[in-house]
Amino acid sequence: MLTAHWLYGLTGCLIVALGLRAALLQTSLLRRVVAVNVMGTGVFLVLIAVAYRGPEMPPDPVPHALVLTGIVVAVSATALALALARRLNAEHADE
Amino acid sequence: MIDGLSFLLIGAGGFFYLAGSIGLLRLPDLYSRLHALTKADNLGLGLLVTGSALQLPEPLIVFKLLLIWLAVLAASAASAHLIARHARRQEARP
Amino acid sequence: MSATSLLVFDGLLLVSMVSLAWAALASTDERRSVILFMAFGLVVALAWARLLAPDVALAEAAIGAGLAGALLLTAGREQRQPTPVHGAAGVHKRHDAPLGSALRWAVTSMSAALGGTLAWALAHAFSRGPQDGLAQAVSANLPDSGVSNPVTAVLLNFRAYDTLLELAVLLAAVLGILALGRERPGYAASGPVFDGLVRWLVPVLILTAGYLLWVGAHAPGGAFQAGATLAAAGVVLRLAGRRCIGLPQGTTLRILMSAGVGMFLLIGLALLGFGRPFLGYPAAWAGVLILVIESAAMVAIAVTLVLAFLGGRPQPIRVDALGRAPALPPVAAPSGRTREAMPRAESATAEALERCNEEKVRC
Repeated sequence: MLTAHWLYGLTGCLIVALGLRAALLQTSLLRRVVAVNVMGTGVFLVLIAVAYRGPEMPPDPVPHALVLTGIVVAVSATALALALARRLNAEHADE
Repeated sequence: MIDGLSFLLIGAGGFFYLAGSIGLLRLPDLYSRLHALTKADNLGLGLLVTGSALQLPEPLIVFKLLLIWLAVLAASAASAHLIARHARRQEARP
Repeated sequence: MSATSLLVFDGLLLVSMVSLAWAALASTDERRSVILFMAFGLVVALAWARLLAPDVALAEAAIGAGLAGALLLTAGREQRQPTPVHGAAGVHKRHDAPLGSALRWAVTSMSAALGGTLAWALAHAFSRGPQDGLAQAVSANLPDSGVSNPVTAVLLNFRAYDTLLELAVLLAAVLGILALGRERPGYAASGPVFDGLVRWLVPVLILTAGYLLWVGAHAPGGAFQAGATLAAAGVVLRLAGRRCIGLPQGTTLRILMSAGVGMFLLIGLALLGFGRPFLGYPAAWAGVLILVIESAAMVAIAVTLVLAFLGGRPQPIRVDALGRAPALPPVAAPSGRTREAMPRAESATAEALERCNEEKVRC
């Protein structure tokens, strides 16, 4: 496979590992959400690296569609997580 | 010849970006950093756009790039103003 | 471009990507962490452009870096404003003790193991050579799909079912957000500079959204990028302290929220009625049907993302005889639900209004 495949694919794996570590070790909910988003971006990096077929050929469009779907789903899950966090804080503040 | 001119312009744009980043790291105050970064980055982008415009086939794409440069100019000026105003208010508050 | 210069570019890009991710995750200040995450998103968008994925680059810059960053910043804003009455300072207090170093090492090695397993799976996949079956099927059937952009064809024709379910996920998320409370407090009315920017930026954003929707058929673009641009217009209006941000109220809002899933189902079931498979467009009508579905999806995505930024149920806007709406006080009461919340909320609002008046005077 091309060098770009290895470079971007392995970087994606590294970013997934970094994100997972931060998601588990952070205590603040906001930082956890950021870490999960970073993990998601690492996964997208792996997918798009696999879809790349060199500078001459057009890339494989199916992983691109999957990543596009993934970006939108990730942001909507982030929004729901932030709304849940806000509600949790409101409940804790009432105690 | 066109390639050489492009190279010079894009290189100059890169140099201005570098200058802005050095200003961000080295200048003492928020306001001076904002000033340096906004001015240098906008000029750098303009040079980048001009250098890229020489390489492009159609005038329509050049027009789009110029519009993008104008939009970035306005947005970065407004953001710099907002950041500076917020910092001013934070100082003024006891 | 020569191979070595491309390699240098790739190396620099990847190093900055990993550094930004590390910095965003390791930063001590929350706001700095979110801003570094936005910068990370933009560098990743650059990587998508380098890997010949311009649609994904547009979506990542607009949604992944822009809107997600705005959501995180506005969510973090509530923690930085101290709750006026209750006395608890930070809202995200640590309720548990900090983790011991043994546990931290265990988590680090587990993450490294996951990363390593992923890398091993990737190497295994690469060793089998390029798997081109789906890509060849797409390029073979692209002329019949109604569009010439292969990503749009995959999203809205070949795998339209996935996109339908994605829009359903969006709808579920926004229903959850609406069920969890009222909208977040608004922002103070903007000064002349930001107001001037908003006055021309919002029409340009709306125009760009329409352009992205139209051009998605034959060039990078499409409903998601257009919806995100439209949502950015709403977010910018909200940040400028406007009360009316173009979001409809009541029944119209509900119809627009469900427009994406609704249009998909309408067209899919109508096609079933005509004897074709569910969402199996006839080749002659495919382009038109895709455009109709994309328009509905764009509106639904924009409304969903703006509601997500608002953070809850929008308050009803009462307009006076001249059609103007009163300004929202910048710091509103927290949306507690207990009985004690009511008198606390009133005193909180009074304090907040006082602070708002102070700020206006100090301009």
